[in-house]
Amino acid sequence: MVRNFLYILIFTCLSISLLTSCGEIDPDRTPADQRVGILGAGATFPAPLITAMADDYRDLTKRRVTVNYQSIGSGGGIRQFIEQTVMFGMSEAFLSDQVMEDIERQTGGKAFNIPVTLADVVPTYNLPGIRQNLVFSGELLVEIFMGRVTRWNDPKIAELNPDVRLPDTAITVVHRSDGSGTTNIWTSYLSRVSDEWRGRVGFATSVNWPTGIGGNGNEGVAGAVINTPGAIGYNSLSYAVLNNMSYGSVINQAGNIIKPSFEATTEAANIELPDDTRILFTNTPAEHGYPIAGFAWMLVYENLDHNNAISSRSEAKELIRFLVWCITEGQVLSHPLGFARIPDTALEKNLVMIRQLKWEGELIGEEVLDEVDFEKLPS
Amino acid sequence: MKSDSKQPRDTEAGEQKHKIGIAYLWLGDRIFKVLVVLLGISIIMLALGMAWVLYSEGSDALSEFGFFTFISSRVWDPAVQLVFGAWPFIFGTLVTSFMALIIAFFPALAVAIFSAEYAPRRLAAIIDNLVQLIAAIPSVVIGIWGIFVLAPWLRDTIYMPIFDWTAINFPELLPVLGNPIGYGMATATIVLAVMIIPYTTALAKDAIKAVPKDQREASWALGSTRWEVIRMAVLPYARGGIIAGAILSLGRAIGETMAVAMLIGNKNTLPFSIFGAGATMPSVIVNEFREAVESLHLSSLMAIGFVLFLIALIVNLTASYINRKLSIGGNQIL
Amino acid sequence: MKSMRRREIHNKMMEGVLVVATVLVLLPLLIIVGHVLVEGVGALNSDFFTQELGSPSRALLDRPTGLVHTIIGTVVVDLLALAIAVPIGIGAGMMLSEYPEHLLNPTLRIMNDTLNGMPAILKGLFAFVLIVKPMGTFSGLAGAVALSFVMIPIIARATESALMAIPWTIREAGLALGIPRWRVVISTVMPAAKIGMVTGLLLAFARAAGEAAPLLFTSFGNNYLPDHWLGFIFNPVDTLPQRLYSLAISPYSEWHSMGWAAAIVLLAFVVLIFIIARVATRDRMKL
Repeated sequence: MVRNFLYILIFTCLSISLLTSCGEIDPDRTPADQRVGILGAGATFPAPLITAMADDYRDLTKRRVTVNYQSIGSGGGIRQFIEQTVMFGMSEAFLSDQVMEDIERQTGGKAFNIPVTLADVVPTYNLPGIRQNLVFSGELLVEIFMGRVTRWNDPKIAELNPDVRLPDTAITVVHRSDGSGTTNIWTSYLSRVSDEWRGRVGFATSVNWPTGIGGNGNEGVAGAVINTPGAIGYNSLSYAVLNNMSYGSVINQAGNIIKPSFEATTEAANIELPDDTRILFTNTPAEHGYPIAGFAWMLVYENLDHNNAISSRSEAKELIRFLVWCITEGQVLSHPLGFARIPDTALEKNLVMIRQLKWEGELIGEEVLDEVDFEKLPS
Repeated sequence: MKSDSKQPRDTEAGEQKHKIGIAYLWLGDRIFKVLVVLLGISIIMLALGMAWVLYSEGSDALSEFGFFTFISSRVWDPAVQLVFGAWPFIFGTLVTSFMALIIAFFPALAVAIFSAEYAPRRLAAIIDNLVQLIAAIPSVVIGIWGIFVLAPWLRDTIYMPIFDWTAINFPELLPVLGNPIGYGMATATIVLAVMIIPYTTALAKDAIKAVPKDQREASWALGSTRWEVIRMAVLPYARGGIIAGAILSLGRAIGETMAVAMLIGNKNTLPFSIFGAGATMPSVIVNEFREAVESLHLSSLMAIGFVLFLIALIVNLTASYINRKLSIGGNQIL
Repeated sequence: MKSMRRREIHNKMMEGVLVVATVLVLLPLLIIVGHVLVEGVGALNSDFFTQELGSPSRALLDRPTGLVHTIIGTVVVDLLALAIAVPIGIGAGMMLSEYPEHLLNPTLRIMNDTLNGMPAILKGLFAFVLIVKPMGTFSGLAGAVALSFVMIPIIARATESALMAIPWTIREAGLALGIPRWRVVISTVMPAAKIGMVTGLLLAFARAAGEAAPLLFTSFGNNYLPDHWLGFIFNPVDTLPQRLYSLAISPYSEWHSMGWAAAIVLLAFVVLIFIIARVATRDRMKL
C-alpha cells in the first residue's frame, strides 16, 4: 500500500511535468529559453493596476514576459527589496535616507524610487438623508479622528457646510485595523496638518488609533461605514465610487475646496519634484491638487547586477522594458481601473532615473529607452 | 485508532528464504533501528527547533522590553513610539477561546453521550462521522462563510436588536457591548465554538467509551434509568478524560488562525468589547507579518509566536497530565 | 427518592435534550456546506479550471480568469509535503511501537503531542525561518515543508496506534523463525497494519490540505502558472487555501464569488479524502 502510494506520487509528479511541458509546445509561444519571469511584490493599493499591467504586458509580449506581482503590503515590498528576493519592490512610502545609504554602500549604486501611479484616499461617511458632498478641512478631520468632534451637528462641521442640515447623530470613526498603505497616506495627511497628530499618533501603515472601530481591509471599513449611520471612514476613491458611498471634498492648502477626482489627484503631484522623486505631497501646495494623495513607487537598484534576484543581463533589460512600458503606454489602464495617472513632471524625472540603470557598468537603461519611440506614445 | 486483533492475511515471513548471515540479521537490525530512531529524534528536534527559532527570532523584542513587560504591556504601536506589548492579543486569545469552550462544551458533551449511550450503532456511526466532518472543513472555508453569511446575519438579527434594546434601557452598558458591525469578538467566539465542538465531542466520547462495563451494570442492577446510569455511573468515571479533552479543545481554539483573523475585526488596542473588534495572537501575526518594516516590529511578532508556543505547550501538557493521571486512553486523532 | 414516574419523565426529557443538542451541533455543518454548495456551484465555470488568475481587472471586465495554477499548485505542494512527512512520521511511529523500551520514547511522545498541538501558523513561521530565509525566496518547497510539519505528528500517532494494534505474538512468531526484526516489521507487521496507517496518512493529508496559515509566509502566491514545472517547487506557488483567503478579503465582488468557487473545490477535495479515509476504516472494522 505504501509502495502504491509512492507510485501514485511519482505518477502525479510526472503527469504534472508532462502537462506543463505540453503547454510549452504551444506554437504561438517563443521557445522556453527566451521566456522571462519577473517577480515583484509590495503595496496592496496599486496591485489591481500593476497586475492588470502585467496581464496586458504578457499579452503584448505573446506570453514571453510574465510579471508575477504579489500584494504583500508596502512594508513587505521594501523588506523584500532590501533582502533582494524580488526584482522590484512596490511601496506607497519611499525608501528612507538610512535605507538609501545602506543600499549605496552595499551595491555601489543608488536605489531608485520610480513613481508608477498615485494613491488617493477620501473621507467616506454614512448620513442617511444627506446626499450632498460634505466639505471637510484637515483640521476638522483631525478633530474627528481624535475623537473630539463627536456629533455631526458640531459647529465645526456646520461652519464648513452652511447649506446642509446636519443631524444630531453621533460620529462613529471607522479605520483600517490591518496594515495598509491607505492608512499610511491618510495618517500622513493628518500628521501634515496637525502637529498634535504627528506627535501622538504619527503615520504608518498601522497606527495606534485614539478612537473608533476597526474594519479589516478596504471592505471592512466600507462595510462598517455603510452599515453604521453616523459613521465616517476613509477609502480609496475608486473603492468609494465602486460601492456608491458618500464621500467628502477636502479643503487643500491653497484654500480651495477640492472634490476628489483622478485629475485632482494627478494635479496634486504637479509640483516641483526632487530628482529622486522621494517626496510626500499630502497636503500638497498645488493650487487645485487633492490633498490626500501620494505616489506609489516602484523600487529598483541602479546597479541591477547587484540584485541577487536578477540573474542575467537579458532579465534586467526585460525588467526595464516593463518599467518603461508601465510609466508610458501602461498608464492608459489607469482611469478604467480607478487610478490617477502620473503627471508629466514625474515621467520626466523617471526617464532620467531609468537612463542611469546599469548592468555591470553598461547603461542598459539608455539602450532600452533608445528602443522606445516617444513620438508614438499616447499623451 | 481503534484496536483490532485480526491476523494478517499473508505472512510473507514463512516464505522467506532465510539465508541468515550475520550481516543480514545483525547489521540489518542495527541499520533499521538507527534509521527509525533518527526519524523519531527528528520529531523531537522539530519541536525543540520550533521553540528555539521562535525564541531567537523574537529575542530582540523580548530583550528590548523584557519578557514580562512584553506580555503585560497594553500598547502595540508600530508607528510612533515603536512600543510593542502583547497583552491585547493574549487577552483576546484567552477570552475568545475560553468563551468558545464554554459555549461548545455542553452541546459537545450531549452529542458524545447521545452517540455513545443512546444512539443505535449505525446512527452513532453517522453522527460521529458528521461531527468529524465539521473538523475537516478548512478554516478558510468557514472564514469565507463567516464573512459573507454569518457575520451579516448575526449583525442584523442578533446584535442590532440587542444593541438597540440596550441603547434604550441601559445606555451605560453600550461601551461594554461595542459597535455591532458584525465582525468582532462575539462572531469569532461563535465560529471558534463550532470549530472545536468536534474535538470536544470525540475526546468526550472516547472517555465515555472507556468506562468499564461493570460500572454501568452495577448501576443498572440498582434499577436506575438510563439517564441515571449516565449521570451517576458513567460521567463521574469519565470526568477526567472529558476535562482533558476539553482542555485539548481549548488548545485548538487558541491556535485557530484563519477563520478568526477573517472575522474578529482586528483591532489592536484595548479595551475590546463584546460585539466590537478585537484581535488574537494568531490573527495579529497573519495580519502584520508580511506588512512589518521595522525589525523590532517583525521580532515582536515572532515573540508573540513564542508566547503562543508557550501557552499551547502549557495547555497540551496540562491535558496530557490530567489524561495520564486518570489513565483513560482518549487518544483519538483528528 | 423521587417517584418512578418522575424519574422516567426525567429520563425521557434528558433524551430529548440530547437529541436536540445533537441536531443543533450538526446544524452548522448543514448550513455551511449548503451555502458553500449553493454559492460555489453558481460561481464554478470552465474558465475556473482552465484559466490563470491574472489581475482583478480580468474579473471586473469579464475577461477569462480562473484558478488552474492554484489547483495544480495545491496538488504539488500537498503531495510534496506528504513525501516529506511520510518517512519521518512512519519512522517515528515505528520507534514508538517497535522499540517500546527505548529511553527516548516518553520524550518523543510528549514532543510529538506538543508538535501536534501547536498552532499551524507557528509551523509556517518556523518554515519561513528554516527555508525561505536561507533560500532567499518564497517557494512551493517552503510551503510543503510547513505543511509537512502539520502532517508529521498526525502520521506518527496514527502509525504508532496502527502498529500497536498488531499483537506481539505475530512479531514473536516471525522472530522465532529466525527472521530479523526489521524484516518482521516491514513484511509482517506493516502489511497487517496498513489500513490503519493509510487512514492516518489520509487524515493527515486532509488536515494539511485545508491549512492556509502556514502557506502565507512560505509558498506566498502566484498569479500565473510557472514557466516550467520546477517552478512549482522553487518559485512562489499559489495554493487554494491561501488564494481563497486573499480572494475573500479582496474588495471585488467578482473575486468573492471566485472565492466561493475555490471554497467548494477545496471543501470537495478535503471531504473526499476524509470520506475515503473513513470508508477504509469501516472496511477494516467489518473484516
